[in-house]
Amino acid sequence: MLEIRGLSAAIEDKPILQGIDLTVPQGEVHAIMGPNGSGKSTLAYVLSGREDYAVTAGSATFDGHDLLTMEPEARATAGLFLAFQYPVELPGVGNANFLRTALNAQRRARGESELDAVQFLKLARAETKRLAMPEDMLRRNVNVGFSGGEKKRNEVLQMAILRPRLAILDETDSGLDIDALKIVADGVNALRGPDFSALIITHYQRLLDYIVPDHVHVLAGGRIARSGGPELAHELEAKGYAGMIAEAV
Amino acid sequence: MTAAVRSGADGFLARYDALRDLLPGDPRERAAAAEAFRRTGLPGASAGRREEAWKYTGLRPLADASFAQSVSPTSAHSQIRARLPQIEVPRIVFIDGMFSRELSIVPPAVHFARFAGRAEFGSIARPDGQPLVALNTMLAEDGAILEVPAGADAGLLILVSAATDRAAFHPRHVVRLAPGARLTLLDLAFGDGSYLHNPVFEVTVAADAALTHVRLQNESTSAFHLATLYAEIDERGTYDSFVLNLGSRIARTEAHARLTGENGITHLNGAQLLNGMQHADFTTVVRHQAPYCASRQTVKNVLAGRSHGVFQGRIEVARHAQKTDGYQMNQALLLSPDAEIDTKPELEIFADDVKCSHGATVGELDADQLFYLRSRGISDAEARSILVRAFLAEALDAVSNETVREVLDQAVEGWWEKQAA
Repeated sequence: MLEIRGLSAAIEDKPILQGIDLTVPQGEVHAIMGPNGSGKSTLAYVLSGREDYAVTAGSATFDGHDLLTMEPEARATAGLFLAFQYPVELPGVGNANFLRTALNAQRRARGESELDAVQFLKLARAETKRLAMPEDMLRRNVNVGFSGGEKKRNEVLQMAILRPRLAILDETDSGLDIDALKIVADGVNALRGPDFSALIITHYQRLLDYIVPDHVHVLAGGRIARSGGPELAHELEAKGYAGMIAEAV
Repeated sequence: MTAAVRSGADGFLARYDALRDLLPGDPRERAAAAEAFRRTGLPGASAGRREEAWKYTGLRPLADASFAQSVSPTSAHSQIRARLPQIEVPRIVFIDGMFSRELSIVPPAVHFARFAGRAEFGSIARPDGQPLVALNTMLAEDGAILEVPAGADAGLLILVSAATDRAAFHPRHVVRLAPGARLTLLDLAFGDGSYLHNPVFEVTVAADAALTHVRLQNESTSAFHLATLYAEIDERGTYDSFVLNLGSRIARTEAHARLTGENGITHLNGAQLLNGMQHADFTTVVRHQAPYCASRQTVKNVLAGRSHGVFQGRIEVARHAQKTDGYQMNQALLLSPDAEIDTKPELEIFADDVKCSHGATVGELDADQLFYLRSRGISDAEARSILVRAFLAEALDAVSNETVREVLDQAVEGWWEKQAA
């Protein structure tokens, strides 16, 4: 479903991605691990359509559609979701309203009927409860005054409500305590199934104890340096990035 | 039934000469005002003369416009009625500056008199050095004199100005709250075509009284709206005002608040939402003349097209006004590269134990916020509108009366619909 071929990207003429090849088939969860500065977040942003990055070579398709020419909102409507490493605060925008606007924008674009306020709140409250989030999170402004853990959980809440077909989690585990980590993992695992794929970007192996991936890729210097099964994450934990990258070169 | 008059300052002076024997009130006040206006003319209308108070706003386009004294047809009534908020509260309606008994619902809890019948020029708004007050004093024909008796809570009252094409009018309004009185005054201004609305307000808030004054300036975008307000607030009194500027080709809302007794409070807050060639000037002066008083001036601007916003905020703290708490903030969101904001804060502090701060921000929509919204499937246009509304909502949160807030929210919605059309 997600096919990346020779993808290179730069920010302000500085090359970051240098020929990524990666395929995430439908129903699979892949992890991308790598040291700081290896291009993990850049990959997430390029796939979701952030304008600051220039794609210099290669392609990325989603269900055969050229992802790179689509507007960010069209990618979302097609079923792609990015859980931000640093979720953005929106003062003056209520969380429930934001979520409903997003959900209805996607439903509208797919030719589905919109949810009214009552239908939406029923859904949102159920998901909030399932993720063990306080209900007032829906009433508050988007991410304003949220703790780091609350912001990450809010990303997972959005994912649960928007039900993407491909979720990219950009270091969603960073800064989370073990309880919050489990909640995030439960949120992803609940969506797992034949119609859901995920690309989990992480620096540490810890999250992968709770979301067991089908494949693990190691990103270094803007390329996939190694790919393997879940055991690769443990090997990384033992050898460290430096050791593993040295072996790969 | 129209008679054309000459344009510019001369046109207004000619009108005064024609009407002087018919105008109500003390003719000496009128003559002195005419003399003052003759000396100054319209601010910024002639080359080479630029007063500091009018640094960013020039009235050349007003000087070039010509007006006619029209008698508005009664058929206009149903149209005006349709534009009034559908709220069952007392209202006082003026059409082209003249009181309309037919459209008004006179309030039970407020003593109301017409300026036309009881023309008194108060002692607060003076013509000297104030060209628009001079113009108003020279030509004022009608207005609302509103008095709330001691201890009375008069609830919500709506003051309406409806205007028709080519009218020029100079209402003189007086609002007096006796000790302990309360009133929420919602002041609406709208109209069609090109006209001049030049009101002067004199507000006195006695000890322990509280006036909430919300003004929705939603004039035609070909109109001139030049409002000058003077308020005096006695001990423990509150003058809490909010101005929403949406309309007019050129608008200036100038407010002077003087805190004369201990523990007085004044808020001169507002928001301006402009597009096209609109120009709106939000000028405030707060004079702290007693200790332990607090003032707030928070103004947000949303500027699209080639519009021009101006904020001039001045806080003066007298030597004995210790423990003053003054705050001023002006924020502007520029939605187009051709929009412009000028902001001029001035603090003049003679007391040594005060807390006074001011700030100004100018920016575009935040790229991170836009991307966040779009990454959730929200279109670029909708994402922009969400962020602008959020910016405005924070300003409108200063209006706590829910009925009034609803009227403002609807006006903002109407503004959006107009821009989208």
